[in-house]
Amino acid sequence: MSDLLFEARGVEVTYGQSKGLFGHGRPGVRVLHGVDLAIRRGETVGIVGESGSGKTTLGRALLKLVPVSGGAIRFDGQDITNLSADAMRPLRRRMQMIFQDPMASLNPRHSIRQILTEPLILHGLATDRRDAERQVRAILDRVSLPPVTLDRAPHELSGGQRQRIGIARAVLMKPDFVLADEVVSGLDVSTQAQVLNILKALSQEMGLAMAFISHDLSVIRAVCDRVTVMRFGEVVEEGPCETVFDAPQSHYTRLLLDAIPLPEIDDGWLTRPAPSLENAA
Amino acid sequence: MTQSLVAIEGLSAISTRDGGAPVLRDVSLTLEKGEVRGLVGESGAGKSTIAKALLGILPSTVKVTGGFIRFEGRDLLAMPRRELSDLMGREITLIPQDPQTALNPARRIEAQLTDGLRLKLGMGKAAAHERALQLLDEVQIRNPERVLAAYPHELSGGMRQRILIASAFALNPKLVVADEPTTALDVTVQKEILRLIRRMQEAHGTAVIFVTHDLGVVAKICDRVTLLYAGKVIEDGATAGMLTAPKHIYTSALIAAGPRYDRPNAGLEPVPEAVFRQLRAEIGIAERRV
Repeated sequence: MSDLLFEARGVEVTYGQSKGLFGHGRPGVRVLHGVDLAIRRGETVGIVGESGSGKTTLGRALLKLVPVSGGAIRFDGQDITNLSADAMRPLRRRMQMIFQDPMASLNPRHSIRQILTEPLILHGLATDRRDAERQVRAILDRVSLPPVTLDRAPHELSGGQRQRIGIARAVLMKPDFVLADEVVSGLDVSTQAQVLNILKALSQEMGLAMAFISHDLSVIRAVCDRVTVMRFGEVVEEGPCETVFDAPQSHYTRLLLDAIPLPEIDDGWLTRPAPSLENAA
Repeated sequence: MTQSLVAIEGLSAISTRDGGAPVLRDVSLTLEKGEVRGLVGESGAGKSTIAKALLGILPSTVKVTGGFIRFEGRDLLAMPRRELSDLMGREITLIPQDPQTALNPARRIEAQLTDGLRLKLGMGKAAAHERALQLLDEVQIRNPERVLAAYPHELSGGMRQRILIASAFALNPKLVVADEPTTALDVTVQKEILRLIRRMQEAHGTAVIFVTHDLGVVAKICDRVTLLYAGKVIEDGATAGMLTAPKHIYTSALIAAGPRYDRPNAGLEPVPEAVFRQLRAEIGIAERRV
């Protein structure tokens, strides 16, 4: 068994392309230009970039949530690039997602109990309702939420609590891989720290591999083993966090790091010229 | 002692929608001429409510129950509507949070940038055009003629934010209220915008109220800072002092909660429940139900 769980090679994604009736199609806009990415079992890989860098598209392409127009994606040794939706179905449970806004992904009419137990029964991961309830209570405790949460509706929870439900729902499926897209962007720092700690601990305990997409390099450093820096749909730099953060090779990575305001006094920071973008790799 | 530009004294307000829940609790702070003062806190801290009160745009669901806001000695809360509307947009202006929605999509930049110049200063069309070009140059927009003729959707977020900064400083106001002006921007653009606000503020001698949730941004642009929690001032003072020797345990807990790319093993300590308990006890908030 290979130690690689996800492997993307030369992935291209084009939006808005159409064939047209007589071959006069629209060419579309290419947003990923041949991206390589490797995620080992149990490893958390950060994907960072500014708006328009293609980081979200790359995450979606891995899960085949957007059509891939070039390159190849392998999951657990299997080429999934051209798998049909039917053929993908058995793999879906093994790849879960946590979104930026959990409110948008939780059915507002369902109780948290329904939201968490039903997928367990649907996927045959629980023998009966009682077993499902037992598993759900265990995971709730793991994400530091009291059992009464089960009787609540999503809108009755705070942003941080909802995000912990999002995490609970994803890990209940016992996945091998979780895609976490900007999962703490909408949260206050005090809540953010708790959500990140839970996510980090669970991924370690369960041996989860994770693609952690964020625009925030400080958050990436706190939870990831490796990092991929993207810009304009291409990988600018990739490597273990220590290397990329402590000795960035790419000009663009240095520019990004320099732009982060750290909570300490540095009088020259504002006026100091940024590393020039013209020579950015 | 000379008079402060802004003196907020004992300002209290409640939300009429939320069963009369307090949104500001006896807030006092002063702002001197030409200084940048941060208002920082997490959601629900009341930082935006203070900003809105300064601009005279409190939502109808917020009711002031006590206190004063003095601007050059004049009480903004008791000021007749006409006098207030004369002051707003001229001596007190706003840099809004979201450059995507703050500009009218159906009007060209020139029309939006010259409104104030023409209405408040009575400039003619040609003079306003010249002044608009100067302003765009001041915020380092390279081809100002083209930008003036453009509609907002034709410009990037960073460019729109520059235009809104130009517009905020156009009438040489005494106070600019910047309400999370960089929250929606990428970090590299954020840095340019922070630099620009600081430069404009220094060049015009303007005082700035800078609302943000980011202590990093506070560190880089604010001279003094007020930290709020649940509508109450928790700590107030020079930025350097608060960051290096915080007086309140909540301040140090917030600093420790933020991850830092340069210190992988520090940060990410959730604010302990005990700190929130202490805050609630100090402020006099009932323990919350789960």
